[in-house]
Amino acid sequence: MENPIIDFLYLICIILFVIGLKRLSHPDTAKKGNIIAGIGMGLAILVTIFYPIENEANNYLWIAAGLVLGGVIGYVAAMKVKMTAMPEMVSLFNGLGGACSMLIAIVEFYNLPTGTNMMSTQVLTIIFALFIGSIAFTGSIVAWGKLDGFFRDSLVLPAPQIINLIMLLLVIGLSGYIMMQPDINFMLALILLAVCLTYGVTFVMPIGGGDMPVVISLLNSFTGIAAAGAGLIYGNQVMIVGGITVGAAGTILTVLMCNAMNRSLFNVVIGGFGGGGKSGGSDREQVAKEATVSDTAIQLKYSNKVIIVPGYGLAVAQAQHACHDLEKALEAEGVDVKYAIHPVAGRMPGHMNVLLAEADVPYPKLLELEDANEQLPSTDMVLVIGANDVVNPAAKEDTSSPIYGMPILDVEKAKTVIVLKRSMRPGYAGIENPLFFGEKTKMLFGDAKDSLGKLKSEIANA
Amino acid sequence: MESIIQFITANIGMLYILVFAIFLGMEVISKVPTVLHTPLMSGANAISGVVVIGAIILIRNADPGNYILLITGMIGIALATINVIGGFAVTDRMLQMFKKKKK
Repeated sequence: MENPIIDFLYLICIILFVIGLKRLSHPDTAKKGNIIAGIGMGLAILVTIFYPIENEANNYLWIAAGLVLGGVIGYVAAMKVKMTAMPEMVSLFNGLGGACSMLIAIVEFYNLPTGTNMMSTQVLTIIFALFIGSIAFTGSIVAWGKLDGFFRDSLVLPAPQIINLIMLLLVIGLSGYIMMQPDINFMLALILLAVCLTYGVTFVMPIGGGDMPVVISLLNSFTGIAAAGAGLIYGNQVMIVGGITVGAAGTILTVLMCNAMNRSLFNVVIGGFGGGGKSGGSDREQVAKEATVSDTAIQLKYSNKVIIVPGYGLAVAQAQHACHDLEKALEAEGVDVKYAIHPVAGRMPGHMNVLLAEADVPYPKLLELEDANEQLPSTDMVLVIGANDVVNPAAKEDTSSPIYGMPILDVEKAKTVIVLKRSMRPGYAGIENPLFFGEKTKMLFGDAKDSLGKLKSEIANA
Repeated sequence: MESIIQFITANIGMLYILVFAIFLGMEVISKVPTVLHTPLMSGANAISGVVVIGAIILIRNADPGNYILLITGMIGIALATINVIGGFAVTDRMLQMFKKKKK
């Protein structure tokens, strides 16, 4: 690896990664940024495949097989996935990256020559990559399962904090024990691997589905750090810088997302919506008012200003196109229609933006939290489509509520609120929403896509 | 203690790289509109698939008769390549839609 041309080409790869990331953070340049980062990756792979090494046991056939297999699966999965299932997909991809770091670490441990000094930075690096990589792997798989509905939040272990503390101590203790051995003990490394994989599961399992965006972002930074750890094993600059940059970026993104919910990262990881008590007394039997399609359609038609609040329900019902159709029908009647996007609506930050963009909703129609809250008092009607926790006034009023303190969209300030929902079931955080029983609120039950379609045809007929 | 000092002296260049890479990552990301959080997360995720390079190095240095190593390495390459190709393709798909409606 002392080849100066190789080192220089790797430097170019790193520059491409950084420029790519930078461009990805601006709307105008994002698409190019993604391509630039992709070119950087392609170059890094080519350089790694073709740099001259001494013993030349290149095994190119195996490399090609891996690349082709992974490339085809990855490409097909990316093309076939629905826009609504994007968060799950990202989580799954992320887990596979972690799995690769894990495999490298375990193989490199296996490869250590007999008589290796176990108390060395080399062994420590391998254990580190093994630990982070396996947590990222199983953690992402659990996060994927939670988003996909495979694991429900009810699957909570007793006293998760204590279990996780024990797991962490076990990992540290076992790692120390491995390093104190006189020689390589591969069996111990396999036990460590099993413990780390289990820790990934117990780490993510108690965290509520509502917090999955934060968890995925956190695990994404873990994968970056794991890649950097694997890079340290080989002293490979591209892996180290690329991995660490992504790790830092993921951490910042995670913190940004926590800020949007007015919670600390510690609180998300330790507390967890799902694990905490289901507060919000259901002692008072309240009845929600039900709206009919024709009433709602007429009200909408004669409004001056309508704000639509989309949530995960919109994604589930695949109703983004129906929603855009309704918006166009209303605009044709001279109604001013806007969308209010809560930063954590959906299952990922920006989830709603991606979804509405797919349905060709014009960019200026999307209002961010603060702008939306400024405009809500002058709004005639609010249509809440499959959103729940992000419009829950308990976040402002009820100090005992688990989401207390999270900034919400003040939809109650509008003249009328219509909530499109399948049933009265609570949202992902599992808490009652007093909004549904508010004086100005009416519920329009049913599948969102269906209801929106009916509303549109009623507006055309009325 | 001795070994820690030795390690720092030997790897001081690497430590500089680590520290600056952390700052770089934080600076690059700190000014992003929420709209782009999902594509950015996805793009960053694709870059973290850079670990594929490690798996390639692993296989290139492996003894051609060592099938455990070759098979594990190939699986590693395949998994990381799914992460890379899938990540970039998904990001591109998401951004494609932004482009269309932006004009």
